[in-house]
Amino acid sequence: MKRILVGVKRVIDFNVRVKVKPDGSGIVTDGVKLSLNPFDEIALEEALRIKERGGADEVVVATIGPADCQQQLRTALAMGADRALHVVHEGTIEPLAGARVLLKLIDKEQPFLVILGKQAIDDDNNQTGQMLAALWQRPQATFASKVELTDSTARVTREVDAGLETLEVDLPAVVTADLRLNEPRYVKLPDIMKAKKKPLESLPFADLGVSAAARVKMVRTEPPAQRQKGIMVKDTQELIAALRKRGALQ
Amino acid sequence: MARREDADILDSIERWVEREVRPIARHHDHADEYPHELVGQMQALGLFGATIGEEYGGLGLSASTYAQIVTTIAAAWMAPVGIFNSHLIMAACVERHGTAAQKAHWLPRFASGELRGGIGLTEPDAGTDLQAIRTVARRDGETYVIDGTKTWITNGIHGECFAVLVKTDPAAVPRHAGMSLFLCEKGPGFTVGRKLKKLGYKAIDSAELVFDGHRVPADRLIGGVEGQGFVQAAQGLALGRINVAARGAGIAQGALREALRYAQQRKTFGKPIAQHQAIQLKLADMATRVEAARLLIRQAAAKYDSGERCDLEAGMAKLFASEAGVENSLEAMRIFGGYSYSTEFDIERFYRDAPLMCIGEGTNEMQRIIIARQLLERNPV
Repeated sequence: MKRILVGVKRVIDFNVRVKVKPDGSGIVTDGVKLSLNPFDEIALEEALRIKERGGADEVVVATIGPADCQQQLRTALAMGADRALHVVHEGTIEPLAGARVLLKLIDKEQPFLVILGKQAIDDDNNQTGQMLAALWQRPQATFASKVELTDSTARVTREVDAGLETLEVDLPAVVTADLRLNEPRYVKLPDIMKAKKKPLESLPFADLGVSAAARVKMVRTEPPAQRQKGIMVKDTQELIAALRKRGALQ
Repeated sequence: MARREDADILDSIERWVEREVRPIARHHDHADEYPHELVGQMQALGLFGATIGEEYGGLGLSASTYAQIVTTIAAAWMAPVGIFNSHLIMAACVERHGTAAQKAHWLPRFASGELRGGIGLTEPDAGTDLQAIRTVARRDGETYVIDGTKTWITNGIHGECFAVLVKTDPAAVPRHAGMSLFLCEKGPGFTVGRKLKKLGYKAIDSAELVFDGHRVPADRLIGGVEGQGFVQAAQGLALGRINVAARGAGIAQGALREALRYAQQRKTFGKPIAQHQAIQLKLADMATRVEAARLLIRQAAAKYDSGERCDLEAGMAKLFASEAGVENSLEAMRIFGGYSYSTEFDIERFYRDAPLMCIGEGTNEMQRIIIARQLLERNPV
């Protein structure tokens, strides 16, 4: 069975204006809308399109998180994933631990392709995909804006600073999705009903033999400084003068 | 919210609205052009089966969830809601009152959106006083022959099947005892007259249906027994009123959204107009109306879902929410000032769409009478 594994993470919905807790110990999550990480939705959409083109037989979606993360897995199933794996864990999982959990799931599922979002919009770490490829000792192609598959390879176009770069990697491989890879579908309402009956397997974190011990210490969270009010300039000359004055131009 | 899935459903609707509905609203409204592309999407989304039972292939949504869907869409553009709402009222008449054979035959096709339509009650000379309709159905062996004209029928041009209120016994006393509801599919003797031109609620076909010797098999009589039509239609209207209330709330909410944004961007006397108390008072009233309308709708829908009589609650919701739509769209115009009068902004559309909510599905004057009668009935001295 040709299987794609898609890793997803629950994050604060991208429409929510995030507030920092007054004591700086983190951000306010009580009563805040939670959703699938948008990059992970793009990853899932790509997996579904590959399957719909006949490039895969099954799409399995996996997450690590507390019990009520099932909601986001149901959303992923409603989008079209065939099965869901839920590694139940309360508390923070750093990218390395996340990658180790995903590696265990790879052992279990034997996918020919793993697609993840390039990063989660909560911590913006952008590490899990890269770490997973290293642990798995398989190729990686990150920041994908286009994915084309052959029987044994993936041609992945990546968005890099200088423009577009195309890589060809042997499968199995890890691909991480960038913003312009696709536009995820909106879920059809009957599929939300059908998703209730799709298989969702819960795996206790403790059974996987992965340590969740923190390796990074979070010191403080603070909101970004308020943006200064801009100024209006009449013409280019005034603009250049203003930039010089601030040392932005020599 | 009753079910976890309902949150997902509303999420999905919001996404669809932002991606597909809002961007095309202005063009289709101004051109008065039917949004064919939205119909296909609504079908895929499952909206034509929103309130139809799951056993018939529908989603089986409660009136509460349904009303929230309607509000969400109407907050961007009210008109497309009519495409599935009239259809669902027709379906509700069959689901609540039809025979087992009728339900099995019609509901799956309604739920999938393969067969779409609406409900035909209003006539040129009978709207609020529905018992004064003149369309008749005469029994002739195993068929009925229908003659008459219906008007203001939503989906009249693009729909194929309609639940049509007729008199099977024009001489009956009381008048409603002679009324029946038939399912009519377009065909010989059933044609569509002109598409009506309107102030707002554009892009959606409101049309005249003309019946001239239209023959239907006797098994198209909903419930299989003559004389039940008025009661069947009136119950459909309870859901219809909750829906119109939800549309009014949507317009009120949409107008508030636009006003709230504009008031923080537009500056007069050196500061955003949202800093002026004159504007703040308006925004506060607008937001309060939206919340109050939503709560009244929630209460009416909960009562409808429990199967209790809800004409007082649905009437109050419809009355308040539709007036909220009118007031908020006008207040949004005042906040927008001159730009509100420009067709390059959406406020003028909200302003044109809103008054229909006060008139349609029973005028607000009629709602007040229904509310008062129920008040008196429930509180006798």
